[in-house]
Formats: sequence, structure tokens, C-alpha cells
Amino acid sequence: MSSLWLPILMAVPVLGAVVVALLPKGSDTLAKQATLAVSLVVLALTLVMAFQFPSASGDRFKFAAAYDWIPSFGVHFGVGVDGIALVLIALSAVLVPIVVLASWHDADGVRTADGTLITPKRSVKTYFSLLLVLEAMMIGVFAATDIFLFYVFFEAMLIPMYFMIGSYGGAQRSYAAVKFLLYSLFGGLLMLVAVIGLYVVAGKGTFMFPELVGVIQDPATQKWLFAGFFIAFAIKAPLWPVHTWLPDAAAQAPAGAAVLLVGVLDKVGTFGMLRFCLELFPEAAKAFTTPIVVLAVISIIYGAIVAIGQTDMKRLIAYTSISHFGFIVMGVFAMSQISQAGAALYMVNHGFATGALFLAAGFLIARRGSPHIADYGGVQKVAPLLAGFFLVAGLAGLSLPGLSSFVSEFMVMVGTYSSTAAGAGALSAAAVVSALGVILAAVYILWMVQRAMNGPTAEPVKAFKDLNVREIVVLAPLVALIIGFGFYPKPLLDVINPAVTQTLVNANVDNPDIAEKGAGQ
Amino acid sequence: MTAHYLVLSGLLFAIGAMGVLIRRNAIVVFMCVELMLNACNLAFVTFARQHGNLEGQIIAFFVMVVAAAEVVVGLAIIVTIFRTRRSASVDDANLLKY
Amino acid sequence: MESPVEIAQYTAGGVIGVSWLMIALPLLGAAVLLVLGRITDRWGHLLGVAMSLASFVVAVLAFLELVGLPEAQRRQAVFLYEFIPGMADMGLLIDPLSISFALLITGVGSLIHIYSVGYMSHDSDRRRFFAYLNLFVAAMLLLVLADNYVGLFIGWEGVGLASYLLIGFWQFKPSAAVAAKKAFIVNRVGDFGLLVGMFVIWSSFGTFAFADLGAKVGTASQGTITAIGLLLLLGACGKSAQLPLQSWLLDAMEGPTPVSALIHAATMVTAGVYLVVRSGAFFFEPGSPQALAVAIVGAATLLAGAIIGCAKDDIKKGLAGSTMSQIGYMMLGAGLGPAGYAFAIGHLFTHGFFKADLFLGAGSVMHGMNDEVDMRKYGGLRKYMPLTFATFMVGYLAIIGFPLLSGYFTKDGIIETAVHLQPVLGWLAVLGAGITGFYMSRMVFMTFFGEKRWADDAHPHESPSVMTIPLIVLSIGSVFLGGYLILSNRLLLFLSPAVGRPEELPEFHFASVPGLATLGLVAVGAGFAWMRYGRAEVPVLAPRGSFVTAFARRDLYGDALNESLFMRPGQWLTRIAVFLDNRGIDGVVNGLAAGIGGTSGRLRRVQTGFARTYALSILIGAALLTGALLLVGNI
Repeated sequence: MSSLWLPILMAVPVLGAVVVALLPKGSDTLAKQATLAVSLVVLALTLVMAFQFPSASGDRFKFAAAYDWIPSFGVHFGVGVDGIALVLIALSAVLVPIVVLASWHDADGVRTADGTLITPKRSVKTYFSLLLVLEAMMIGVFAATDIFLFYVFFEAMLIPMYFMIGSYGGAQRSYAAVKFLLYSLFGGLLMLVAVIGLYVVAGKGTFMFPELVGVIQDPATQKWLFAGFFIAFAIKAPLWPVHTWLPDAAAQAPAGAAVLLVGVLDKVGTFGMLRFCLELFPEAAKAFTTPIVVLAVISIIYGAIVAIGQTDMKRLIAYTSISHFGFIVMGVFAMSQISQAGAALYMVNHGFATGALFLAAGFLIARRGSPHIADYGGVQKVAPLLAGFFLVAGLAGLSLPGLSSFVSEFMVMVGTYSSTAAGAGALSAAAVVSALGVILAAVYILWMVQRAMNGPTAEPVKAFKDLNVREIVVLAPLVALIIGFGFYPKPLLDVINPAVTQTLVNANVDNPDIAEKGAGQ
Repeated sequence: MTAHYLVLSGLLFAIGAMGVLIRRNAIVVFMCVELMLNACNLAFVTFARQHGNLEGQIIAFFVMVVAAAEVVVGLAIIVTIFRTRRSASVDDANLLKY
Repeated sequence: MESPVEIAQYTAGGVIGVSWLMIALPLLGAAVLLVLGRITDRWGHLLGVAMSLASFVVAVLAFLELVGLPEAQRRQAVFLYEFIPGMADMGLLIDPLSISFALLITGVGSLIHIYSVGYMSHDSDRRRFFAYLNLFVAAMLLLVLADNYVGLFIGWEGVGLASYLLIGFWQFKPSAAVAAKKAFIVNRVGDFGLLVGMFVIWSSFGTFAFADLGAKVGTASQGTITAIGLLLLLGACGKSAQLPLQSWLLDAMEGPTPVSALIHAATMVTAGVYLVVRSGAFFFEPGSPQALAVAIVGAATLLAGAIIGCAKDDIKKGLAGSTMSQIGYMMLGAGLGPAGYAFAIGHLFTHGFFKADLFLGAGSVMHGMNDEVDMRKYGGLRKYMPLTFATFMVGYLAIIGFPLLSGYFTKDGIIETAVHLQPVLGWLAVLGAGITGFYMSRMVFMTFFGEKRWADDAHPHESPSVMTIPLIVLSIGSVFLGGYLILSNRLLLFLSPAVGRPEELPEFHFASVPGLATLGLVAVGAGFAWMRYGRAEVPVLAPRGSFVTAFARRDLYGDALNESLFMRPGQWLTRIAVFLDNRGIDGVVNGLAAGIGGTSGRLRRVQTGFARTYALSILIGAALLTGALLLVGNI
């Protein structure tokens, strides 16, 4: 019954990390190649697993496995994936090789076109083995079916990311890394309290998620435990007003780490809301729907407005992500099949879109050494490929129809507007207000493109070289995925939809979409 | 009878504590610490005798062993500090602070 | 009133089944040109033209097959694939409305592709230009062919993207970059309306497909239908540059002239009219609030555009004002229900021809005049560019509604129907026609008549035949198309399976009161223009003019209004939000951190480094502990 897929999927990058770390001095190139190879192996395994997913056994969680870990407390090394977890693991597996290739020279000491050093030379092996460790943990956190194990990964993920920001980042790296760590630890602490509380109150003697669903019935208890989980996830996601760590962390992290931070790590927050907050504490989730959706809408509009006012490219992208996470949270708490499927899809699409945007911005910054938009201008003339990729990634960021993020954003908004859950009137209003974000998105993206890419070519920009082969190989797959899933999101949605249905069943939500349509299909 | 031993032990302890607090020379402070330990030993032995069992005496032996070990390490530290700073005053060794 | 016919699923193996090729071919062209890049520089433009022509051929074949079907089967849905499971499929709807748009887009589009081969021949980025043009054609076809609102919206934004890329084609000019951005953002305001309209459609009807909506509309309340109608109208206003979202179109003239002709005159800007007609189910009742709103917006814009057109010295901006105005006529017609649809669509087609003709003519003039656009620096060009002059004159006569030319039939049709159904708006449209007579005549007189006023280094010359042949084809259409479509109600009868038709078929009157009034006013306008610009000397520098002129030159203060209402407050809001984020929210976070840091900074002073102080504190601690234990009495 228990499947070895997921343990192997986690073991491969860990072993890879150990090997990379133990390589002899001076084998930097080998370390990079080995990391790339390992991450590609993980990607291949993940793809094989994803293709087997529809036919795999197991009702909710497939590829499930559970081993005793701390038997006296009923802690298991329990793993298994449903559709949502699967697509998020696939997202991580796709992004890591791309990030490896994108950060090929990040630890070598980055120089601009005119030779100024942006980041000093640091240990290459450490950087890449941290990356692999992070990959294992990202897979683990989405695969964990034991709440304690989830918590452990949730917190342990901070460690490699802390070092990646803190020792490989920009000028303000230590401030950003500490802020990131403390913020996350604070949320994690509340979650730990809630995890222990859940264990004690449930009295089942186990941390296994499937056995804890529907156990807590008392509304007041539900609310307290919900709050513990939710605050941790809201910080992670990040939701207004606990978002301020993200712009600092994302702006200071090397571009590759920023991609994983915003693209995958933050998704743990929204993933956790969808799986744990909703399924474990359904009544509390319904009671808090309106305030949370209000926070989400504030995130959408506020994130967009602040993004418009940014002068630093990476901070701008970080704020756009706050806006996008608002959409995801809104979709999750609108409690309808369409909105939640849209939210789950958004988690994936946002990873591709923001990943591409961060990487393109990173390539731009590596050429000039400055994240300030005002230092660029007219890049299109000298580096049309770079400008073109940047534009496509930006358009994905503003959810242009035909690109993947549109499908998810549209589903979230339509699902929220037409949701029949409690507080439907407020949800409809929220959807309409959030649609204003569509206008603001055009402003922040296109204004940035205009300032950085268009107009007369600025003097320092004239020396820019266009993308090299490595950089094209980094961006091309992301753009292909963005366009491909923009026109054909069905493969992802087919996997996501049953998982969302199950979530809604566990959350005791009447689901008219399923009653009408799902039954027929 | 027991009371006399205990009073003596208390006096010795008080003298030792006073010495630790007011003397600056590390060696003297050190000897005062030993004095406090021995005051405790005296109390242990007195109680052992009063209760008629050996537990207090055994503890006294433990204290002596620990005190001996402490003397070795402590004196070594003092000698090292003296070598580098040309002073055996405990107030001069105050770098380890906020 | 007759309703549209039912939409059937296409099962036969004809061309309609592969009508997706119409979209796929230009899309492939765009992809090849963009992905292969510089490799295709030498033959890229030919590929672009070929793909557009191939798409035209498919459209013609599909049209022929559709005409061959009995009238009750002339709405065929072609299923392509499941797009968003449970929500929307990707599918095409081939019906008289969509196929006639497809013919216009690929037909005029191909002509403009050919023209661009000549017009852009000196541009090193010609290949990229053709890639964008192909992308535009594909997106525009998706817009009109999609069988549901989601597909339509993808096309809708796709043309917006193509328009953005093409307005900003010379992005190294800051003005072009700003204009491109402005066009996209103003359009997004309209898209907001369309988007929210789609939310309401989904939550009321549970479907986006045109095929299902027609039957379900009756189930919704009047309020819902009105709300949907008004929201869709907002979308239409954005794309079609109608008040209050008109401001982007004049700036859009920063793009190369073929773009202005194709996107900002003939096809894309008419998408709003298409949307209103396609969503006829929501606008069906003439006189309902939403239909009235469409008509009012149309009437207001037709006047505003005409007034702006009167004051512009930039030939392209003058034409842009005219485009706004003409689309206003179409909107007015579309707001009149099925009685006006045929005229609105008819005017859309004839306008597509004569306005493309005028724009390309203007482009031909600019091509010969070192890209000079100021009409005050033209003058007397008819001798130097005879072909351009002749074709421009045909377009000019068509747009002012010279009897028996295209514009005469379609515009008079709208005016007559409007006077009949909404008299006030109808007479405003008559007035607008008079102003049209003035500004178009002004343009012709300033450009082709009078003395030469151009700079010494300009050497006006006729354009190459690759540019003039499309002009000739377009001017032929400008002459005959209107009469062909309107007389004996050919277009109305052809479209009726798709959009329905009024019970009483309209009859075209050559000597109706509004028609004669229109002609009279046009003659007055043209005569006035002759006095001011034909007979009199045109100053090279623009005179200051009255406050009315200033009002029109500043685009009726549309930009000023936007700036003071949205941009300035928006900038302030942004600054305040950034400040609040840095100082407020992050300030609280950093303040908390600083507070904790400060407290611990003070507390650690306790660690003095003096061993004897520690000893004392240990002693005091031990004493206190002992004392406490004694006090509790536990010892």
C-alpha cells in the first residue's frame, strides 16, 4: 500500500545536496552541473509521477506512505498528494532547474557590463546544495499528510532560504534575511501552538491529517485553532497587513532565490489555508469569511497601488505578488468550486509568471547593477530579446487573456462573484472591487515597461548585450508554459478539480457547481 | 554540641562570602571560595554525625573532589590572566560584558 | 420582430469545420516571425502577407459554404476543445455576422499588409511589424469568431495587445511609448466593464456561450439585463473610443499609418459595435435604458469626434477624430435595435473601406513628404500625387455622404432610422453630418489645394504601386459597397439569421426630409470650409483661434479632465500609499523590532563584567530565595 515515490522524490535532492557539499575545493563548475543534473532527475521523476497520478490508487491522497516517526506522540512521516499538492510539487520541480540555470553565476561574483562588482564571490557549493535542500523541503511541505511533519517542513524551509538571502543577497541582505526569518518564525510559533492544541483537543493521539478532519466540532475551539493556523499562513502568503517582509526579502534575495521564495514558498501559505484552515475548521472558516475576503481585497488593491509607486524593479514585482496573493486568498475563501479551483491554478500560474518576471528583471539588473527603474530606458533597442521576454512576463503579470494567469484570475473572480456561500453579497462586491485590480495591474506593469524598456536608449544601457543562450534556455520554457496553459489549462484543472471538490465536501459547503455539472461528467 | 559546629560553619561561610565580595586579588577571592566550600563541608559532616548516617560525609568527599578540580582550572586561568595582563585583580578582568 | 435562428453544431466536413485555420494561419505567421527573429528579415514581410491572404481565402470559402446553407441553418458552431472545464469551451461561431466581419478583417487587412510592404520598406524592423500585424489579424478574428464571451474576451485583449505593440512600434520615441501605454490602460477601464458584465452573465445564466444565452436571457430580471447591457457598453466604449473613454484614440496616431488604418479605423475600434450587436439579446428592446444609453453615447461621440476633427492640423489626428465620430454613428445605429443593426454594420463596413482609404492616402502623402503630418505645411499636392489625390477624393466624398457613394447609403440609413425612433439623437446626427462636411473638406483643401506651403527639403512624389494599388481597391469599395449592401436590404436580410430583423423592412428613401437636410448641411459645411481654407490663404503657423477652437484642439479637454480627475489624485494616492507602507505598516513592524532591541539594550547593561558584582547578585538572590522559602514555611 505504501508507495516509495514521494520519499524517493525527497531523498534524491537531499543526497544531491550532500554530494554537492562534499565536492572537493575548486570544483565549482562540477557542483553547478551536478545540481542541475539532480534537479532534472527530480523533474523527470515528478513528471512520471504526474502522468501516473490519474491511474494511481488511493481515494484522496495518492502515492501515500506513512512511517512511524515519534510513536509516543503519534507523529508520522506521512506523505501523499492530492491534485493541488501534485501541481504545486510539479511547480517546484519545474522551477528549480530553471533557477539553477538562472543563478549559474550568482555566487561567482556578479559583474555588470562595465565591470563593477555587484555581489561578491561566495561559496558556490554551499549555494547550490542549499538550493537542493530547499527543493526537498518544498516537496516535503506539499506532500506531508501529517500535520506535525508539515509544521517541521514549514519551519525548516526557512533555514536554507535564510542563508540564501542572508549571504548571497544584495546590499541590505542581512536586514532582509533577519526580517524574513523573524516574521516567519513568529507565525510559525502561533501555528505550533495551534498544532499542539489540535492534537490535545482532538484526543486522537495522532497528527495524521485525514484522521483529524471533522474531529473538532466546538465552534469556539475551531475559531482559536483556526486563528493560529491562519495567522501563520497569512504571514507566509503574505496578506495585508503582514506583508512588509516580502518586498525586502524579494528585493535583496538573488533573483533565483526570489523566484523560489515568491513562486513556491509563499504558496505554502495559501495551500495551507485551502487544506488545513478550511478542512480542519470549516465552521470557523465560514465565520471569518467576510473579514478575510476584505483583507484579500485590500491586498489586491493596496498591493497594486503601492506597486505603482515603487522605483525599485524587484520591490515592484514583490508588491504585484501581494496583489496576486490577494486574489488567491479571495478565491480560497469564496468557497465555491470555481473560485477555489481558480485559486489553486493561480498558485501554479503565478509561480510561472512571477518567476519569469523576476528572472528577466534579474538578467536586466545583472547587466547594469542597479534595481532602480530610472537607471534604465530604451533597453528594447539594444536588447530586443530581453525586452521581449520581459514584456511577455509582465503581460502574464497583468493577466492578459491568452496567458495562463488570466484563466486563474478570471476563475477566481467569476467564482467569487457567483459564489453562493454565506455572505454572497459581500463576495460579489469583493469580486467587483478586485476587478479594479485589473486596471491597476496594467498601470504598474506597462509603466515599468515604458520606463525601463522604451524611449531613447540611456547611455549606460547602450553597452548591454542581449540574452545569451543560457538565459534564453531559462526564460523560454517559462514563457512556453505561460502561453501553453493560457490556451489549454485543462490538464491542470482536471487534476485540481477533484481535490477542490473533496475540500469543499470536508468543509461542509453546499456545492451547486458539482450538483449540476460534476455529476454529469 | 551540633549547634556549635553549625555556628562555626556559618561564620566560616560568612567570612568566605565577605572575602569574595570585598577582596580584589583573584588568589584571595579563590581562597575565600574554598573557605565557603569547606564551611559547607563542615555542615554536611555535622549533620551526618547528628543523623548517624554517611550521606553527608559522602557529599563532603564529592565537594572536595570538585573543589580540587576547580582549583586546577581556576588557578590555571588566574595564572594565564596574570601573564597576559600583569595583574591578579578580578576587577581588571572585566572584558566579558554587555 | 424576428429573433435570430438557433445555433447548430457543425457536423458536415466542409470548410467551416476548419475555419479555425483563419485564426491559426496568421497566428503561425506571427509566431514564426517572432521566434525565428532576424533569420526571417529578408522574407518575413512576404510570409506576413501570405498568411493574411490565406486567411482571407479561408474566410471566402467559409462564406460561400455558409451562403449555400438554408437560412435557418446559417449559424454553425464549431467545437474546438474544452478550454476551462465546466465553464467555457474554445469554439467558433460561424454565422452571417461573424463571417462578414471575418471578410472585412482579412480583406482590408490583406490590402493593408500589402500596402505596408511598401510603406515600411525603409524600416529595419519591418519583420517585427508584420509579426504584430499578423498577431492582430489572428486576435481580431478570434474576437469576432468566438462562440462565447470568454473566447471573445481573449480576442478582445489580444487586439488590445497588438494595438499596444503597434502604437508603440517606434517605442524609442517617448511619445509613442506613452501613447501605447495610455491606449492599453484606457482600454482596461473598458475591459473592467466587460469583465464585470461577464461575472453577472455567469452568475445569472451559468453559461458564456452565445448559443445558450439567447434562450436563457428571458429568465433574468429586467434589472439584471440592464446592468449587463450597461457594463458591456462600458467595454464597448473603451475599445471603440466612445465617450468617456475616447482619449486614447488621438494619441494612438503615434503608430505607423497602416496601423492607424487597419486597427484604429477599419477593424479594432469597431469591436465595440460588434460587441453590442453580438450581445443583441441584452440590447434587443429599442428604448430600453441600456439601448438608449448606447444610442446616447453614440450621438455624443459623433458630435465630439467631429468637433475635434475640425481643429486638428495633424492630418492623422483629424482622421482619428473623424473615426471617433463615425463609430459614434455606428453606436447610434446599434442602439436602435434590429432596425439599426444592418445600417450600423453596413456603415462599419463602408467606413472600413473609405476610412482605410483615407488613412492610407494620408500615409501616402506623408511618405512623399518626409513624414510631415502638419497639414499647414502641405498645400497644392494634387499635382504631385495624382493617384493619391484621386483615391483620397473618393474616400472624402464617401465619408461626407455624397449621393450614391458608400457613405451616403449607410450613414443616411442610420440617420433616418434614428430620426424615426429617437428624433433628438437623429437630428444631432444630422448636425454631425454637417460638421463632417466641414472638417473633411478642410482637410482636402489644406492638403491638396491652394499654394504649396511645404519646406524646401520636401520633394513630394507619388508612392510606389505596391502602395497605390491597395488605395485603388479600397476606393472602388468606397464607391460601390454601400449601395450594394443597403439597396434592397441585402445586408439586413443576410444578417437577420444572426441578429434578428424588424417586422417591417426599411426602405431606402432618396428624398427623405432628414436625408435632404443632411445633404444641405454637408453642402453648407463644405462651402464654409472652402471660404476658410480653399479660397483664403492658409497660414503656416496655426492662428490662436477662438476659445471654441482651443476647446477642440485640446480634445474637448478630455485629457485635462482625465488628468485632474484620475491621474493627479492617483499619483497622490500612490505616494500616500507608498509612504504609509514604508512608514506606517512597516514602521509599526520596525518600531516593534526597535522597541524590543532598545529594551534589551538597556537590560543588558546589568552585565557589567565585574565578577564581584555578579557574586553579590548571586548572594542576594540566594538570600531572597532562602527568605522566601522560610516565609512560605516549606523548609
